[in-house]
Order: sequence, then structure tokens, then C-alpha cells
Amino acid sequence: MVDIPHEASESAPPAEIEEMELPHAHGWWSTYVFSQDAKVIAVQYAATALAIGAVALVLSWLIRMQLGFPGVFTFIDAERYYQFITMHGMIMVVYLLTALFLGGFGNYLIPLMVGARDMVFPYANMLSYWIYLLAVIVLVASFFVPGGPTGAGWTLYPPQAILSNTPGQQGGIVLMLVSLILFIAGFTMGGLNYTVTVLQARTRGMTLMRMPLTVWGIFVATIMALLAFPALFVAAVMMLFDKLLGTSFFMPTLVEFGEQMSYGGGSPILFQHLFWFFGHPEVYIVALPAFGIVSDLISTHARRNIFGYRMMVWAIVIIGALSFIVWAHHMYVSGMNPYFGFFFATTTLIIAVPTAIKVYNWVLTLWRGDIHFTPPMLFALAFIVTFVNGGLSGLFLGNVVVDVPLSDTMFVVAHFHMVMGVAPILVIFGAIYHWYPKVTGRMLDDTMAKFHFWVTFLGAYLIFFPMHYIGLMGAPRRYFESSDIMFMPESAIGLNAFISIMAFIVGFAQIVFVFNLLWSWKHGKDAGSNPWRATSLEWQTPQTPPGHGNWGKELPVVYRWAYDYSVPGAAEDFIPQNQPATVTHEAPA
Amino acid sequence: MSAILVFLAVLALAAGWWLARQGLMVKPWLHADAAGAIAHAPRQPAAQIGLGVFLAVVGSLFALLISAYVLRAEMGDWQAVALPAIVWPNTLCLLIASLALEWARVGITQDDLARARTSVLVASAAALAFLAGQLFAWRLLAAGGYFVNSNPAVSFFYLMTAAHGLHVIGGMFALARTFERIWNGDKTQRIRLSVELAATYWLFMLFVWVILLLVLSGWAGEFLSICGQILSGSGIG
Amino acid sequence: MFFAIVMVLIVVGSAAFHFLSPWWFTPLASNWGYIDDTTVLTFAITGVVFSAVVLFVAYCLWRFRHREGQKAHYEPENKRLEGWLTALTAVGVIAMLTPGLFVWATFVDVPDEASSVEVIGQQWLWSYRLPGADGTLGAADNRLVGFDNTLGISPEDPAGQDDLVIEGGELLLPIDRPVRFLLRSVDVLHDFYVPEFRAKMDMIPGSVTYFWVTPTKTGTYEILCAELCGTGHSYMRGTVTVVTQEEYDEWLAGQMTFADLST
Repeated sequence: MVDIPHEASESAPPAEIEEMELPHAHGWWSTYVFSQDAKVIAVQYAATALAIGAVALVLSWLIRMQLGFPGVFTFIDAERYYQFITMHGMIMVVYLLTALFLGGFGNYLIPLMVGARDMVFPYANMLSYWIYLLAVIVLVASFFVPGGPTGAGWTLYPPQAILSNTPGQQGGIVLMLVSLILFIAGFTMGGLNYTVTVLQARTRGMTLMRMPLTVWGIFVATIMALLAFPALFVAAVMMLFDKLLGTSFFMPTLVEFGEQMSYGGGSPILFQHLFWFFGHPEVYIVALPAFGIVSDLISTHARRNIFGYRMMVWAIVIIGALSFIVWAHHMYVSGMNPYFGFFFATTTLIIAVPTAIKVYNWVLTLWRGDIHFTPPMLFALAFIVTFVNGGLSGLFLGNVVVDVPLSDTMFVVAHFHMVMGVAPILVIFGAIYHWYPKVTGRMLDDTMAKFHFWVTFLGAYLIFFPMHYIGLMGAPRRYFESSDIMFMPESAIGLNAFISIMAFIVGFAQIVFVFNLLWSWKHGKDAGSNPWRATSLEWQTPQTPPGHGNWGKELPVVYRWAYDYSVPGAAEDFIPQNQPATVTHEAPA
Repeated sequence: MSAILVFLAVLALAAGWWLARQGLMVKPWLHADAAGAIAHAPRQPAAQIGLGVFLAVVGSLFALLISAYVLRAEMGDWQAVALPAIVWPNTLCLLIASLALEWARVGITQDDLARARTSVLVASAAALAFLAGQLFAWRLLAAGGYFVNSNPAVSFFYLMTAAHGLHVIGGMFALARTFERIWNGDKTQRIRLSVELAATYWLFMLFVWVILLLVLSGWAGEFLSICGQILSGSGIG
Repeated sequence: MFFAIVMVLIVVGSAAFHFLSPWWFTPLASNWGYIDDTTVLTFAITGVVFSAVVLFVAYCLWRFRHREGQKAHYEPENKRLEGWLTALTAVGVIAMLTPGLFVWATFVDVPDEASSVEVIGQQWLWSYRLPGADGTLGAADNRLVGFDNTLGISPEDPAGQDDLVIEGGELLLPIDRPVRFLLRSVDVLHDFYVPEFRAKMDMIPGSVTYFWVTPTKTGTYEILCAELCGTGHSYMRGTVTVVTQEEYDEWLAGQMTFADLST
């Protein structure tokens, strides 16, 4: 343990934030494997999340094989099908999106963007990753136990989840619950880091209102996750008790194969309340970092300050708070007291207002901008289209009475894939194209990026937009076989086949992306320290990629907000945050 | 879900109060500072803030457990179970542990290391007694024919005491760490921080336990369900 | 430039798909036309918003694409514009929510004259119970379920003796008469869903849930389970046929009572 010495320069008073002790790596293992450096941990998180995400992508192909060409691929039976959809959903939502946004981008960007040397608790941060990896391994292990992984649907609703007519009820469901418990424990360690780093380790001058929106989004999402994940934790522990110790928290009196089970007196609805008390905030835990990142991408590549920064910050905070009182809109037809529908429909539609403000402000940032069609910008623009589309279809499902015919149909599947599948994934891609030069010092290849972009964006839109209409007809979700439903026209079978083919194409296009990631690591164009001419601190590091401790001898000092693009009278079209004001510019009110 | 909503409402108020003092209304683009013009308020140690955030997470966990308990207890077939009498002396042990650490906290501000050492030892002993007592409470229940799957009220008793007990065991590690620091004569600054963190954590554990006891003994049950009904119209649960 | 054109094509294509594709709601067969109306209203409002936003983005992409010497306009915020947009959004949200809540109020309020039909779900079969001559359903409990009493009807309750029991068969409903569906499950969650009726509700073991509907069109409709209930979920189908009152009465006369079945 060596303290990095702090030397006061003459131009600025000594930093009053304490210099932190950084654990220094000795040798290869502690530099690249058991590293306590947030930047290394970030890459570990991202690589693991992308790897397990690839598994989920393959699962989605298997799902689409069955839906598009029922009966053709005979190795997919109903049991396997339900295992595929369950694992696909859980992996994508928790192990890919949550882990990548918070563990990946959070770890990399928070310390750099707020001007810290590292996360405040580096050891806990390292543990966080290794526990996450363990959770992933336990999850993957469930593919290899007798009975296979659970097929209870990603919502894991009891009583069905732990009964024998559901695949994976022997070992699969137990491993799933254990894996979730591990994930939450690991995330809590990381989450404490992200929160306290934003609260405590901002460099001098970095007031809250000078933070880039990326940090705001990740910060609020982390706090939400810290408070919402315990609900899943409690639900998982209680279900484990039901499964292993024979308690009846969620298990009412019920009969299986004509036999009375020993369970009795539990409440399946209780599980749903707990699950969605986590599950709805989870949507925003994924969405808020995406909101933040996309704001910064649009602003940087349109060379214009983000429009209505204050509104953007307030909207993030308000959305975060409101998202805790809308959970039961997933339960309109669950059999809970129907009068709750009035309350939850109202709160749900109220959230549409701050969310809409965010969309307007992204669009107004483009307006009168200087738009560069770089790969990050392309993905950000595609995000606007898919997010607006998916957000608007949310208004159908949030409005309780419109939800009645649509809930549990393919409309829901189309909606949430558009809004929290495609939209955040597009942001992830955009963000990777944007920050890869900082992580590696090299640019990703532009041609491959554009190919990847167009296939992914248009393909995903063609998959999920028509899917709404299959649901509108009444086709339920989670149907192994839906082509034989009486009212389904022949043409719907063709539509399903079309969707499947698009899904295969989009999936294969990701190979180009992965190849680009690997190839450019060595052969990419040299990026320099600030290829996008961006203002925020991570682009002002003395080394690229940033070294251990991020800032060399001295922490940066922040003199301005993160969006001084195209300031009238300035020589360049951007002013970095760590550049002091010489002449105060005339800012229009 | 009334308990967790009340808990989150309190957190939201605290967060709102804090945010209100962070200048959320300023227009950041109007203020670019000149070099050397930046003052910065000194901050609390990160560990203290970290503990605060962690306790919010733990609080949320227990609030959710209580929510689940209340939702279940509102159903018609609920049969409450009398608590084993040993929980009351156990509570006393936890109280002693917490008081001892408060005593240590006062001592350490006066650089009284000996006092801190004694207090930490007393607290550890009391905490061990608490854990042993809780285990004994389980034995008593089991001897009375109440196993974890016997009825929902008992299941909740086992679950909640187990959750609390695990957090107390976590606190034992913190105590051991503190004691080690005092014993090795670490920097006073560090010992002080360590003692303060431990004292705060144990105070919180006492607080959680008292709330759990009120809920499990049924005293708070009725009160909470009435509150729940008022708050959420017949109880969102 | 290219992207602007793609954006316009997305709007035009989506609208064309919406209006020209053959895929839409199944023909309505119940009183819940209000639900369709609210849905269409929501389509209209959201469609306009989607088109407006994406077309505006397309305009910006074309008009403000990077050219040599161009500089972005510096404008941190515009309170008035943001205020107007917020107000407009609020109006749109209220326009969708208000009718929705009114329709929901009718949905949860079962008319007094509605007759009761109990639907019992089990893996993976639909069964029904209709009140007999006394007009009330007898008590039932999952604890009573066994091989000789698969629906768990209480043999002690005299009101249950004349209940008509239809196990795994077809359900008939009279046209234009409101029906209150009382939903029970003996094992896991199910969901009674007839797309032509628009309404659905989960069935929970241990409790009785409900919804109501007035069939308005004769015909045979498929009942789907809409809550994942195990491996056979997608095969849990049944049929409900809406008939005239006379046909219904005739059918009713041919059903077995609980007392008949238990002897």
C-alpha cells in the first residue's frame, strides 16, 4: 500500500478531498485478474456480461426456431422451449443489462467522469465482480444438472415454479434462486461503491449539477437497484425455503396429479408483489443509465450542449422515485384487488410525462446542432426511434383497461423488447463505440460499425414492430405452439417465420461487432486522447488508456459543466471541464 | 407493502432534503469558475457514508420482510404463535452490546483506548450471548413442535430471526476487526473510525431487532395493519 | 442525409403496416367495445406522437447535418418551450387515462343481474360449475379435491348438491346476458382468456377471482390459458359457445349435478 503523494500546484489551492490510498498491483495476477482497479473490473464485468449475453442470444434463436417454424426442429420440445425462454429472459435482464450498465459502464466511467482516482472501496469492488462471476457460473451450471435449468418463466411465479409439471424443478430452480441471491450480494458491494464514489470522491469543482448525465443516470439507477434488489432477494430466499424446507410462504393448498400437496396457506400474489417491487424499478435501473449515456452521446456528436440539462436531471430523479409506486401495473389481471388498478394506472401514466420531457430534450439537442453521423451517434438516434416506439406502446399496457386484452400476449413481449431490450442494447453499442478509444487507445473500424449498425437497427425494428400485431390478435406469450389457435390466420404463420429469419440475421450481425472489438484492439486506428473532442473529464486524462490512479500526480479541477459545446466566442467548439474561465462568456439566459 | 413504502418515503424525504441543499436549481452553464476560485467543503470519511448507504439497503431488506409478514398476517387463516420467552433476555443482551459500544464511542473521542477495549470486549460477549439465546429460542420452538414449516407465523419467525442473526454475525466480524485495531495499536484516527462504525451498525441492529420483536409479538401487527389499511385502502399489502 | 430518409421510411412504413396489414383484433363478441375504442384512441394519440417525433428528428438530421464551417447554436434551455411540451404531454396522457379509468370502473363493477359461472383451472384442463335450481354455488375448497371430487366441491354444503358440473367439456353461454365468471384453480396460476371477449383474469389456487362479460355474438370461441402453468401451458385450450336462450336452456337440462356425480 503506497500513498500517491499529492503536491499542491501554485495555480490552485491544495485539494481538500483526501487523497485515497490505492492498492498497487504487483505482478500479472493482481494487475489483470484479481485487480482492484475499477477500469480493469469494468472490462471484466463487460466481458462476462457480453459472454453470457451471447448465450442468451443463442437461446433467442432457439426460441424463434420454434415460433417461426413450429414442428420443424423436433429437438425443441415444450420443456426445452420453456427453459429457453426463462433463461433468455433472466440472463438478458439481470446478468447482461444490469451487470453491463452498472458493473461495466459504472465502474469505468464514474471514477473518470467525476475526477476520482478509483472507486472508494476497491477491495469490495473486486469482490463484487468475483461474486457476479460466481453467480453467472451457478446460473450456467443449471444447464448441466439433471432436469436442466428452470422453465418457470423469468418471473418465476409460484406455485408453478417449484412444482413437478415445470421443467427444472429438481435442481434448476434452486440454482437459479441461489444465483440471484449471489448476484444481489455481489451487486450490493459494487453498488455501495458507485454511490459513495459519486457522493464522496468527486474532485474539486465537480458539483452535482456539473456532473455529466451519464453519471446522474448510473448514480440514480444504482440507488434504485440497492433499494429494489432486496425485494428479489427476499422473494428468492422465501421461495428457497418453500422449495427446500417445505414452508408455505407462497404456496396455497393445492393438488398435483390428484394428490394433495403438504403446502397450505401461502399467497402466490405475495410473491408477485415482491417480484414486481423489484421488477419495475429494474426497468428503470436499465433505462436510466441508458438515458444518461445517450444524452452524452447526442450532445457530444451534435456538438451542442444537452438541451434543458436541469430538466434532464430532475426527470431522472423523479422517474427514479416514481418507479417505486407503479409496480402493480404488471399485475392488473393477476387477481389482486381490482380497485388498485385506478391508482397504478394513474401513477404509471404520470411517469410518461418526465420520460417524454427527456425525449423532447434529446430531440431539441439535435435541433440547430452540428450533427456528425459517427457510429455512437447512429446508435443514439436509433435509440430515440426504438425508445419512443416502445415507450408509447407502454401507454397501452399502463392504461389498465387497455392492458386487459393485451397483457400476457405477444404485444407485451414486443413492447418490452423494444423498450428495454433493443433500446438499451443500442445504447450499449453506441457507448462501446464511443468509449472504446478511451479503453484501448484505438478506434473501432468504421465500416464494420456501420454494417453492424444498419443490420441491427433495421432488423430489430422489423422483428419487434410487427410482433405487436400478433399480440393484438390475441396470441398469448409463452406459447410453445400458437399456430394452431383457431383465430390465427395463415398469414400470421408467415409473419412469424419472417420475424424468425430477421432474428437470425440480426444475431449473426453481432459476430461482426465482436470481430471488430477483437481486431481493433491491435489494429484499430490510433485514437489519441480525445478523438470525439469531448468536454467531460474522462477524455482529459494524461494517458490513454488512463493509467493506474487515472490522473497522474494531480487530480483535475473542474471549472465548468460538462456541456460547453459550441460556446459563442470560444476558439474551439468544445471547452473541457477542467479548463478555467478566462473571460466569462455571455451566456444567453 | 405498506412497511416498505413507509421506509422508502422516509428515505425519499431524507434524500430530498439533502438534494435540496445541493443546488439543483442553479443553472450550471452560467457559472464557469476562474482558476483558483474553487472552494471545497471537507467531507466525512467515505466509510461512514458507505455504512449509511449499506444500512439503507439492510433496512429495505427488513422492511420488505415485514411487508410480506403483514400481507400474510392479514389473511383470514393466520394463527399467531407465542414467542419463546427467551427473546426478552436476548433483547437485553443486544441492548447491552449496543450500550457498550456507545460507551466505547464516547471513550474514543477522549482517546481512552483502555475503555474502548473493555467496551468492545463486553459488547462481543453480549453479542455472543444474544446469538446463543436466539439459537436457544429456535430449540425451544422446535421442542414445542413448531418447525420451520409448521405454520406461516413460525416460518416467518425462523426466517426473520435468521436474517437478523446473519447480520449480527456480520457485525461480530466488525467487532473483531475493531478489537484487532485497538490491540495492535493502530493509528488513533483509524481506531476511532472503526469504533464509530461498529457502534452505528450495532445500534441499527438493535433498532431492527426491536421493530422485528414488535411485529412478531403482534403488538405492532395490529397497529401496522390498521396503518396499512388507512394508507392504502384495505392494504396494498 | 441517408438516415433522415430512413427515418421517414420508418414512419411511413409503420403507418402503412398498421393500416394495410391483415393483423388486428379478432372480431368482438362481447360488450367490451369500450376497450377497443380506448385502444384505438391510444393508437391514434401515440401514432401521432411517434410520427411527429421521428419526422422532426428526420428534419433535424437533414437540416443540421455537419457541413464545413457549421456551428451549433448555443442554447442551454428554453423554459417556455419545455413548459409547453410538458403541458401538451400531460393533456395527451389525460386524454388516454380518463376514458380508460371510466371503462375500468365498469369493468370491476359486476351488474347485479349477472349470472355466475365458475371456471376451474387445472393442469391442463378447463372445468365449469353452474349454480343449480337454487341459483347459488355451493362451497368449495382445494383441500377437498381428490380423485372422486376433482373440483373440491363441499359435499356437506346443501347449496352445492344441485350445482351442474362440466368437467373438461364445452361451455355454453346465452347471448346478451351478463355473466360473472368466478375463477378458481386447483394447482397453479392459470388465466381464463377468450380473445373475442377481450377480458381475462388470472386464477389463483386458494382464492376466487372474477370478471364479467356480456356475450353479444353467437358462435364458438377458443379459450386460451394466458398465464404460464407448466409444460402443457399452450395446450390448455377449451371452447365456449354463445347460443340463444332456448338452445342454452336445452343444453343446461342435459348437464349432470354434483349429487348425480357423487352417487
